[in-house]
Amino acid sequence: MAAAMRVAGAGARLSVVVSDLRVAARSLCSQPVSINQRVEDKRRAALMGGGQRRIDAQHKRGKLLARERISLLLDPDSFIESDMFVEHRCADFGMAADKNKDFTVFGGSLSGAHAQKICKIMDQAMTVGAPVIGLNDSGGARIQEGVESLAGYADIFLRNVMASGVIPQISLIMGPCAGGAVYSPALTDFTFMVKDTSYLFITGPDVVKSVTNENVTQEELGGARTHTTISGVAHRAFENDVEALCNLREFFNYLPLSNLDPAPIRECHDPSDRLVPELDTIVPLESTKAYNMADIIHSVVDEREFFEIMPNYAKNIIVGFARMNGRTVGIVGNQPKVASGCLDINSSVKGARFVRFCDAFNIPLITFVDVPGFLPGTAQEYGGIIRHGAKLLYAFAEATVPKVTVITRKAYGGAYDVMSSKHLCGDTNYAWPTAEIAVMGAKGAVEIIFKGHENVEDAQAEYIDKFANPFPAAVRGFVDDIIQPSSTRARICCDLDVLTSKKVQRPWRKHANIPL
Amino acid sequence: MAALWVSVGSLIAAGRRGQRFPQQLMQRGALWTLKYASYYSRQQLMVTRRLCSAECSNEKTFDKILVANRGEIACRVIKTCKKMGIKTVAIHSDVDASSVHVKMADEAVCVGPAPTSKSYLNMDAIMEAIKKTRAQAVHPGYGFLSENKEFAKCLAAEDVIFIGPDTHAIQAMGDKIESKLLAKKAKVNTIPGFDGVVKDADEAVRIAREIGYPVMIKASAGGGGKGMRIAWDDEETRDGFRFSSQEAASSFGDDRLLIEKFIDNPRHIEIQVLGDKHGNALWLNERECSIQRRNQKVIEEAPSIFLDSMTRRAMGEQAVALAKAVKYSSAGTVEFLVDSKKNFYFLEMNTRLQVPATWKIGDSCLKAHLPVEAEVFIRRKRGTEEKDQGRGMKSSLCANEDSPFHKVEHPVTECITGLDLVQEMIRVAKGYPLRHTQADIPINGWAVECRVYAEDPYKSFGLPSIGRLSQYQEPIHLPGVRVDSGIQPGSDISIYYDPMISKLVTYGSNRTEALKRMEDALDNYVIRGVTHNIALLREVIINSRFVKGDFNTKFLSDEYPDGFKGHKLTENERNQLLAIASSLFVASQLRAQHFQEHENSRVPIVKSQVANWELSIKLNDEVHTVVASNSGKTFSVEVDGLKLNVTSTWNLASPLLSVNVDGTQRMIQCLSREAGGSMSIQFLGTVYKVRILTKVAAELNKFMLEKVAEDTSSILRSPMPGMVVAVAVKPGDMVAEGQEICVIEAMKMQNSMTAGKTGKVKSVHCKAGDTVGEGDLLMELQ
Repeated sequence: MAAAMRVAGAGARLSVVVSDLRVAARSLCSQPVSINQRVEDKRRAALMGGGQRRIDAQHKRGKLLARERISLLLDPDSFIESDMFVEHRCADFGMAADKNKDFTVFGGSLSGAHAQKICKIMDQAMTVGAPVIGLNDSGGARIQEGVESLAGYADIFLRNVMASGVIPQISLIMGPCAGGAVYSPALTDFTFMVKDTSYLFITGPDVVKSVTNENVTQEELGGARTHTTISGVAHRAFENDVEALCNLREFFNYLPLSNLDPAPIRECHDPSDRLVPELDTIVPLESTKAYNMADIIHSVVDEREFFEIMPNYAKNIIVGFARMNGRTVGIVGNQPKVASGCLDINSSVKGARFVRFCDAFNIPLITFVDVPGFLPGTAQEYGGIIRHGAKLLYAFAEATVPKVTVITRKAYGGAYDVMSSKHLCGDTNYAWPTAEIAVMGAKGAVEIIFKGHENVEDAQAEYIDKFANPFPAAVRGFVDDIIQPSSTRARICCDLDVLTSKKVQRPWRKHANIPL
Repeated sequence: MAALWVSVGSLIAAGRRGQRFPQQLMQRGALWTLKYASYYSRQQLMVTRRLCSAECSNEKTFDKILVANRGEIACRVIKTCKKMGIKTVAIHSDVDASSVHVKMADEAVCVGPAPTSKSYLNMDAIMEAIKKTRAQAVHPGYGFLSENKEFAKCLAAEDVIFIGPDTHAIQAMGDKIESKLLAKKAKVNTIPGFDGVVKDADEAVRIAREIGYPVMIKASAGGGGKGMRIAWDDEETRDGFRFSSQEAASSFGDDRLLIEKFIDNPRHIEIQVLGDKHGNALWLNERECSIQRRNQKVIEEAPSIFLDSMTRRAMGEQAVALAKAVKYSSAGTVEFLVDSKKNFYFLEMNTRLQVPATWKIGDSCLKAHLPVEAEVFIRRKRGTEEKDQGRGMKSSLCANEDSPFHKVEHPVTECITGLDLVQEMIRVAKGYPLRHTQADIPINGWAVECRVYAEDPYKSFGLPSIGRLSQYQEPIHLPGVRVDSGIQPGSDISIYYDPMISKLVTYGSNRTEALKRMEDALDNYVIRGVTHNIALLREVIINSRFVKGDFNTKFLSDEYPDGFKGHKLTENERNQLLAIASSLFVASQLRAQHFQEHENSRVPIVKSQVANWELSIKLNDEVHTVVASNSGKTFSVEVDGLKLNVTSTWNLASPLLSVNVDGTQRMIQCLSREAGGSMSIQFLGTVYKVRILTKVAAELNKFMLEKVAEDTSSILRSPMPGMVVAVAVKPGDMVAEGQEICVIEAMKMQNSMTAGKTGKVKSVHCKAGDTVGEGDLLMELQ
């Protein structure tokens, strides 16, 4: 809706998906009449797609046609408004333009011409600063076209890379997406999938079988479940085409149009100074007991609306978008319910990528910290936790958007530093009275400091008294205030208002070198 | 003091004539206030208590009281203590450390970990707490240690006063047989019956005639309702005798038969009594508690619509006689069953030592609950079995009932009499005589209490649910509403304790007003994070039979023979709901278009002001076409061609939304609103799920495939959160359909989980001692 709405209002500035259409339309207008005639013919043919038989086949699989998908993604009313013209654009749209590869027309494989259209649109989207949404339903390169379609891929990849950090890029995988085609979604900011009907893999089960002799189904190899829970390639999966497109519209409303735009502010009915009494008791008294960080997030943000990114992958960290007093914010939180909320390889990478997206698109970051440290063990060390953990550290340190941090309970060791601490230029850092900010937990610390001593329990008690509380950090100014949990929302909303005008200059460089 | 009583007496007399009194007199005439303040229902309690405490401040009771309970009742006792200037000590378990009663009390002592046997029933720890805090008296609340004579003895040994009845009264009333004998001796009506060998059918008929029809016949040895037959005439008695004596001989080898009066359409009505240590006792009118599920009260009201003043007086006097007979010196309840002809029979006095430990549906061990048994019997006869619970598995319920009837403190009685029962209990425990006479006890107005529970009313009228109250808002801003609760936003309803959320009480000058207020109160009650029974409560209070007063203890099972299914929408209500849902949908869609613009970021938006929103809305598998258009705050909505105007503030953040549909004011709660168009709306108490799609989306949605639901017969999931008590199978075992797989205990209930089909166990995902959540996988069959 917002997409369409913004389109309608875009006027001089073309935007979003429809902007892509408009490019196509405009190029048509500049053609001689005879060519227009041809386009008319083609459009008619395109409207039929691959013929009724193939349309039915697509529907039978529970999948929609490209044109239908577009009609769902856009505001239906704006569509009706410009009736014929839109239909016209839609035809082109469905045929070749945009990244929506109409399965019934080309079997979804990518031709050189197809790629060219996509590139044109992306170039245009970048020049005007409008997000790109790709609805992917493609079989990979057209083998018949040979190297040309490979070149086509590379052209698109280049555009994806060029657009990265300039305009938000979203991929919605709505069918098979195999071979080279998978790298375009991988390069975009967010990849969503449709359950049961979409697959993403480099090589399909047949090739896998012949090469590695593994027996695996499409679903197991590259289905929505695999990519949202095991590989972390996709950010979320939805039940079907309609659900997915509805959610995409909702998601889109959180994003700015480009990196030059501030985070959008929606009309807000939730009072910014609302007290949240239920937070006062949410952190259990025993520090070994888990609670659900998602509860805190839901209570603090506007109307309990939280669009979680990667909800089923690396669940020990929660990331997603929400609004505070109407303004989009990115939320990062450790999840004590899963693996005590520790940081490991997957959660660090998940967090880092999200933080960098928010930073690139001017979305303020709110971090809820309850982290006992990095996950120890050979699996993690061999896997390169040092390198991957550094990504999250890097991302937070690099981010120049407003950063508000709330330490709800544990903030131990290096993980404390990493989680948007004051030292990494956190703008406002709060601690709840339950916060424990220290190098490590009491037990471990006492074992090291008082090695061989007898009176371990006393030493532990002393340690807890001295270090396992928010005061040591507060007296040094590492946290700005110790706040009542119930006032968290009011404080954050107020801080975000103050921080809107935040400006940070970094020294010139070609680009930074995040430890990949 | 005497002077005061006189003046009070005259005040009452004058008050009856409806005269008004100078302000200064009111201060002294506390009792007048007690009687009449209730007309000013909103301030009633406040005023009552303030004046009352003014009067009582001269009376020295205790310096410090320990409240040996938790939750709502602990809070309730602490409130009165505060009013009386008594310091309070709360006890709590680990998990209750930050609960409301702990916060309210002046001091708090942790008495152990979460399980009640280790904390609230841990006498050693509680005695320790009493010594440590030097509390002079203990208020036990209800349940837990309130009827434990050991505890009362321990207290006596330490010279600590037990605020409750004396040990001997507890004991006398605790024993079923003794209490019945005592009642007979005190000339209290008891259920007439005969227990012994019956020679032949003629003798059976003679006994039956003596008792009066209808009668119930069964083998004495048969437990519960097993083999129970009901006879309405001689013929049936003969039949019943034949079957029962055969059964008695063959099944039990014991010829004795039990023939007892069968109480037809029984109502459960109880009398509140109040006694002191000087042999005085009063009856404080009755409470109607017939609306029950699994022998636990759901709704109670005072007075009863069924009783006339004659019956009331007779019942009251018998109750007082019984209280006096056992030297009852506290607040207590005498329970009666009342039949359709207003004959009443003593059931029990609420200060039993221990309630019979376990009962099961269809196997009640309480003789007193014959009607329930009879009902089960009748249903069996019809061949209707208990409906399956949950998905693909059968479960039988049994509960360790810990004092369903013993609530020492009954808000409805307090509302109509103006007395603070807790305060009176504390006074008499200290040894003061009662300060009222029977003539002082009024019935002012009407009060209704709904027990709001964290339970799912759609499963056997209430299976416990647990969770964290993510949002919680009591409707105390409404007139005539009182909420006794022990929770706050953020509280946990855990598997360890009673799942009661609150006692919601409304008060009005008459029953109609009280019920109307209850309706509003239920609609305005915001409880999120746990499943609750508001839908059921609201359905009962608007039920025409209930409103007329035509009900008995079988009400729920009679009205909902196939289980509670939520409110049945009339066509008009359905249209209202659809119109409201559509308006909400459009309101949120319109809002999504309103971005606050940043300076030179976006080109001003051309408003895509749509004239008409064509929507397709699905409710209960029916699809309706809706066309909505709006102007300002008013939506004009055409539901299936019928036009409705819907007005509201459309505040999408507020948990409560007051909506006006064509002049009808409705309070709705929108519980969830998803991007895919699904919405849950609480309307008329029941939560309805709707899915709203634009016309285009609805057209395309037809192509979406139905996802195949997982085959539930080969898997067993927990129907509710709880703890696994025992697991009866291991992987590789063969199980038959209906065979017990494991037992899950939640709150006070044990749920036997059985296999949905015959097969081999593939894997077992739980072990004894595990805590499981609702929907957790317990076992898989191959």
